[in-house]
Amino acid sequence: MARVLMKGNEAVGAAAIAAGCRHYFGYPITPQSELLEYMSVHLPKVGGVFLQSESEVAAINMCYGAAGAGARVMTGSSSPGIALMQEGISYLAGAELPSVIVNIVRGGPGLGGIQPAQSDYHQSTRGGGDGDYKLLVYAPSTVQEMAELVALAFDKADEYRNPVMIVGDGMLGQIMEPVEIVERPPDPALPPKTWATTGTRDHPGSRSIINSLFLKPEVLEHHILDLFAKYERMREREVLVEEYRVEDADLVVVAYGTTARIVKSAIAALAAEGVRVGLIRPITLFPFPAESLRRLPDRVANLLVVEMSMGQMIDDVRIANEGRRTVHFLGRTGGMIPLPQVIADTVRHILAEHHAGDVPHVSVGDEKGGR
Amino acid sequence: MAVVFQRTAGLTDAETHYCPGCTHGIVHRLVGEVLVELGVLDRAIAVIPVGCATLAYDYFNCDVQQAAHGRAPAVATGIRRVLPDRVVFAYQGDGDLASIGTAEIVHAAHRSENITVIFINNAIYGMTGGQMAPTTLVGQKTTTSPLGRDPRLAGEPIRIAEMLAQIPGASFVERVACDSPPHVKAAKRVIRRAFETQLAGEGFALVEVLSTCPTNWGLEPVDALAWVRDHMIPYYPLGNLRDPKKDAAARGGVRPEE
Repeated sequence: MARVLMKGNEAVGAAAIAAGCRHYFGYPITPQSELLEYMSVHLPKVGGVFLQSESEVAAINMCYGAAGAGARVMTGSSSPGIALMQEGISYLAGAELPSVIVNIVRGGPGLGGIQPAQSDYHQSTRGGGDGDYKLLVYAPSTVQEMAELVALAFDKADEYRNPVMIVGDGMLGQIMEPVEIVERPPDPALPPKTWATTGTRDHPGSRSIINSLFLKPEVLEHHILDLFAKYERMREREVLVEEYRVEDADLVVVAYGTTARIVKSAIAALAAEGVRVGLIRPITLFPFPAESLRRLPDRVANLLVVEMSMGQMIDDVRIANEGRRTVHFLGRTGGMIPLPQVIADTVRHILAEHHAGDVPHVSVGDEKGGR
Repeated sequence: MAVVFQRTAGLTDAETHYCPGCTHGIVHRLVGEVLVELGVLDRAIAVIPVGCATLAYDYFNCDVQQAAHGRAPAVATGIRRVLPDRVVFAYQGDGDLASIGTAEIVHAAHRSENITVIFINNAIYGMTGGQMAPTTLVGQKTTTSPLGRDPRLAGEPIRIAEMLAQIPGASFVERVACDSPPHVKAAKRVIRRAFETQLAGEGFALVEVLSTCPTNWGLEPVDALAWVRDHMIPYYPLGNLRDPKKDAAARGGVRPEE
C-alpha cells in the first residue's frame, strides 16, 4: 500500500485490519471516535465484526469474550472511557487474554477536557484495575509509528497472552500525516490458541476455561508469580526506545509521544547555539527503558523530563536514575502543549544555574522559572 | 436392572459447593441435560457470573468463560460474534443480572444477541451472605434490610422477565420455578425452548428461574420450597412472555393489506 494521508485514529484502524484484527467493540468518545467510525465502515468489508457497545464497560467485556474465543480483538477509547474499562483490563490480565486497547489521551481528571494530554501514564503503566498486573504499553510519536506499533501489539498480545495498550495523546489521534499501512498477518511462529473456548469438540478430552478466580491464596500467589515472570521476560526483550544525540549531550531530555517531537524542535534550536542536548524517548512505557538512562555518560549531570501532565513518567525516570543525576521537570497539563522555545529556555536556565545535586528545577503551567 | 436416572454428561462429576436445599444444582442439571439432548454439548460455551454460580466452571461439562460481575451478556456477545455457529449461554444470578448488570442484559436483549440466558432469581445475594437484592420481596428481611424491605427506601422488587419482554429484540422470555417436581419438569421444557430459539437463530432468549436460598432465607430446605410457592410466585407469576413461535402466529393473524 502506498503512502496515504490519514488521521492518526484512522491509521490505527487500518493498521489493525492489516494485522488481522476482525473484531472491534467500542463506544464513542472525543478525541478517539474516528477509530470507531473507521472500523464501522471497513471491518464489514473484510468480513469482520464491528459492534458499538452500550458502554466502555461492555466494550472491554466483549473483548474479553472475543479474545477468550480466540479472536484478534481491539477496543479503543480516551481517558475517562479507559478508566471505565479498567475493571475489564484487570480481568483480561488475570485471565491472560490477548487484546489491544488504544487510549487516545485527553485531559483529566473527571470529564477534564478534550485536548491532548499525557496524564494517563499512571493509568496505563500502573493499572487502574485491581491487583498485581502489567500491560505492555506502546507510546508512538508519529502516525506511521503508531500504525506499526498497532501491528506489533497484536503479535505481542498473542505471544504473551496479555493485554497491550497503545497510548497516543489526542494530538496523535487527530493529526493527519502520510502513512504507509503494511499488511502484517499474524506471526506464523505464534502458537495456536489451544486454550480458547471454542467448544470441546475442538479439543476432545479437555475443557477450556477462561478464568481469573483463584480462591486458594497459595494458588493465586503462584498465578501472580507466573504473571510476573512473564512481565520480567517483557523487561528483558520488549524495551523499545529512541536515543537521540545522547552521546555528546550536556543535558538529556526524557519525553515520549508527540511531546518528544516538540523537544526535538527545541534540541535543533539549541544545537544552532552550540548547546548539546540529547533525548531519550521511551517507546515502551512498560517496560520502561531504564537501561538507557543508566548508561548515559557521566558528564550528563541533568535530566529534564517534559510531559503533558503534572509529572507522571518522571516517577519511572527517578526510579531508573537512582539519584545519580538531578531530575528537572517541565510540564503543561489540561490540554496545554509545551512550546519549543519554553523547552529551550528551560534547558538554558538549567545549564546556566544547576549542577548535579542542586534542587531540581520544576516548571508547570505557563509560568517561567521555578515553582 | 433398568437405569431410571443418572447424572447427565452435561455436568462434570465434581461435588458442588451449593448449600443443601439450594436449587442451583437442579438448574445446572436441567441445562446440562438439555445441552446433551440437543446434541450441542461439545459446541457449547458457558459464561458464568460472579455470585454463588461462579464456581460453575467446575460443573458445566463444556468450555467456560468466567465473567466480571454483571458482564456475562457482554462476554457472551463477544464469544457469539466470534463463533456464530456455537451455542453460547450465560448463567447469572439476581445480583449479577438484575442489579450490577442491568445495562448489559438490556442491551444484549436489544441487539437480540443470539444467546440463551439462564437467570436465577432467589430474591437475595447468596455468595456475599444474604444482602438485599433488587428482587428481594417487600418486607423480606435480609442483612441489609434487617427490618424488611421498605419500598419507600428501596423501591419495589424488579420483575426482570416482564421488563425484558418489553424489548423488541427479546425473542423468548419465560419465568419458571423450581419449587416442585411438576414445575421442575416444566422448567426443563422451557430451558429447552430457550436453547432451541438460539439454535434456530431467532435471537435473545431468557429463562427466569425462581429459586431457593434456604441458608440466607433462614429456612429449612422444604420450607424454602414452600416460600417460593407462597411468596415469590404470587409476585413473580410463572409463564411465557415472549416466544418467536407465538409472536409469529400473532403476526400471521393480521395481514398487512387489510
